[in-house]
Amino acid sequence: MTDNINTENLKAFRKQKNKEAMKRNLISFALMILVTLIAFIVVATGAVESMFAIPIIVFLAIIQVGFQFYYFMHMKDKGHAMPTVLIYGGVWAALLTLAGLVLISWW
Amino acid sequence: MSYDPSLFPKTMPENPERATLEGKNKFLGLWFFLGGETVLFASLFGTYLALRNSTAGGPTSEELFGLELVFLMTIILLTSSLTSVYAMYHMRNNDFKKTQLWLGITGLFGISFLGLEIYEFTHYITEYGFTFRSSAFGSAFYALVGFHGGHVTFGVVWLITLMIRNAKRGLNLYNAPKFNTFSLYWHYIDVIWVFVFTVVYLIGKVG
Repeated sequence: MTDNINTENLKAFRKQKNKEAMKRNLISFALMILVTLIAFIVVATGAVESMFAIPIIVFLAIIQVGFQFYYFMHMKDKGHAMPTVLIYGGVWAALLTLAGLVLISWW
Repeated sequence: MSYDPSLFPKTMPENPERATLEGKNKFLGLWFFLGGETVLFASLFGTYLALRNSTAGGPTSEELFGLELVFLMTIILLTSSLTSVYAMYHMRNNDFKKTQLWLGITGLFGISFLGLEIYEFTHYITEYGFTFRSSAFGSAFYALVGFHGGHVTFGVVWLITLMIRNAKRGLNLYNAPKFNTFSLYWHYIDVIWVFVFTVVYLIGKVG
């Protein structure tokens, strides 16, 4: 009997926890939309010179991808050490690839 | 699948997608795959950055791209990312019907994204004569954006297969990892799109 009560408590606790996580995900979504809007506005209005506009929109893209990885894909949660290693390993090799290809074509 | 009662617990564990060894392996395997995909897309992005001004007298990125359509595609894909978060939220609460419903919505967003991309490519080909063979810029553009579109297509097919295959099974520890694996892949497609719209379309407009 006590077992059943505990299970119900556990379920309610988890439901609440999931709900709070979902709330944070919704906030992330709103921020991602905002970041996207800023990036498009910067380019569409031409208000910023291209020398500054490009670093700004690349920076905004990195922020948005951070939200995607850490909140939507739960990389901030426990048990994500290996995924973090794998994805940053991929990012490192990606940066090397990009640097190589851009260098041989621009130099 | 042979019947294994441990896959159908009365109370679902906190992370049903990682409760079994198979689930853990699927989870790690997909992240490993995503790490590799990052490098693969980096080589396509690098090629595009290197060749984007080699237009061979054909249309340039500033003449071709329309930001309105790209903005719409961006919002659609970002929203589909959120709907798949909702699907996983209901999966963790062990609500199979709502999981399927939100996965279905995700699929519809994916299909509409693909429709817009096909429209975009058709527009470039018929209005501007801009094809894969027009210039080095054309090849790099269609290779990069088309490869992303190919990933979306694969994702939609994967999703439909998952939904049909598991429609009558309900949620258990056997298929929870499958749904979660798909959801991670789908988020990753949006990650790539963030760089596509930034590097290809926005920087293409800035010049």
